[in-house]
Amino acid sequence: MLEIEDLSVAYGAVRALDGVGITVERGGITAVLGANGAGKTTLLRTISGLQPARGGRITWDGTELTGRAPDRIARGGVAHVPEGGGVITELTVDENLRLGALWRRDRADRAAARREMYELFPALEERSAKPASTLSGGERQMLAIGRALMSRPGLLLLDEPSLGLAPLITARIMGILRDLRASTGLTVVLVEQNAHSALSIADRGYVLALGRVVAVDTAAELLADDGLRHAYLGF
Amino acid sequence: MQDFFDLTLGGISAGAVYAALGLALVIIYRATRVVNFAQPALALISTYLAYSVTKATGSYWLGFAVAIVAGTVLGVATERLLVRPLRHRSELSSIIVTLGLLLVLQAVAGMIWSNEPLAFPYAFDFRGRFSANDLFVVLVVLAIAGLVLVLFKYTPLGLRMRAAAFAPEVARTLGVRVGLMLTAGWGLAAAVGSLAGLLATPPFLFPNVLDGVFVYALTAAVLGGLDNPLGTIAGGFVLGVGLSYVSGYFGPEMVTIAALAILVIVLTLRPSGLFGRAKVRRV
Repeated sequence: MLEIEDLSVAYGAVRALDGVGITVERGGITAVLGANGAGKTTLLRTISGLQPARGGRITWDGTELTGRAPDRIARGGVAHVPEGGGVITELTVDENLRLGALWRRDRADRAAARREMYELFPALEERSAKPASTLSGGERQMLAIGRALMSRPGLLLLDEPSLGLAPLITARIMGILRDLRASTGLTVVLVEQNAHSALSIADRGYVLALGRVVAVDTAAELLADDGLRHAYLGF
Repeated sequence: MQDFFDLTLGGISAGAVYAALGLALVIIYRATRVVNFAQPALALISTYLAYSVTKATGSYWLGFAVAIVAGTVLGVATERLLVRPLRHRSELSSIIVTLGLLLVLQAVAGMIWSNEPLAFPYAFDFRGRFSANDLFVVLVVLAIAGLVLVLFKYTPLGLRMRAAAFAPEVARTLGVRVGLMLTAGWGLAAAVGSLAGLLATPPFLFPNVLDGVFVYALTAAVLGGLDNPLGTIAGGFVLGVGLSYVSGYFGPEMVTIAALAILVIVLTLRPSGLFGRAKVRRV
């Protein structure tokens, strides 16, 4: 279970997150929604340790994450896919994938994971020896997600995975996440501006505005609440 | 014709040394965008240590081994103690610190071992047009360069080091200990640099013995694209051979200006170096 209590993050004098509290059950898919600048990306970056918190606590699976170095958090089973994917363009597709699991000791499992990723994303297998710079936006997103899944994470943080992607590919990725949740109990925190696609696969959703949580409910309720949608989600 | 042949061979041997020291510079530059001006000084101290060990034990190879190990340790120490604390500030701070270290270490070497030239042995027989020693220099540099390239391209450690250099933040989220990778890079570069020092120093060792070599090594690295290990090695050999011809046909006093001319011409025609890739810097 992911527990975020009273989290505050600031960039100098600017409050990016103010007293944010979020709870995600194991195996849950939770959407974090809101307009640009609401603090969604900051939230994910603070969970994965890239951004220090000014106050509050983040606990995952009983272990406190606040104050830990990002590489240590990653080795604790937390995978973060940043906006745009964060694919390393100087490396090949295969190297990007392998990098995702290098910290794991079990070599056979690493090789098995790589095979699984190529099965999930055949387009990546075609280009496995090519530099990642030759991939299209959608392929890069797939590579980034594949790379994150290589380490068999318990918690997956996704920052706008559907940005710039064709709806068909987005649907495929969402389907893959649902399957993984069913088979491995993967917990997912999904940040999206495209609230509709996020809420269609999430169980629950939090809405952020100006660094604060302004609404939390099941996905179905959020979709149904017209007032909320108009005010914060733009549709 | 004999002259041409001799000049070529001599140039290849000299070029091997430029290539090795250039490689040491490029390994660090690639990882940190810092030119390690202290590299020749680290190599210098290592070579002086080799001198002392060889003098005390009578064994050249023991001194050789000590130099490589000492060089690695010095590289690691420099990164952790001097460069790492300044990484939060500008890259310029790191460069200035390495420059300062260069001056300090050269002075320290003079204080400990005196400024007088000391006789330093060749690894093998150095007599003849292309001596056994020349062959050793070329082979060893090619072997080390090959090993470094294999390390980077085919090993998990090399993959982590490249990831740490290209995209440190993303690498962290993938569990890579970026700081450790940078320290390893500095240690490796310093070891290669120490090797270059041992090969370049004979016949005499004195605090400024590596200055000229360092300038040509930097030139080789820039020619090769500063970012490109393979290009630097090629650049080193090309420069070595080219300058050998200049020295032979136009006189040794023309060598430094020829190096400058080569640098200017190559950079004018290909601003990213012979093999460099013009890259947009990640912000």
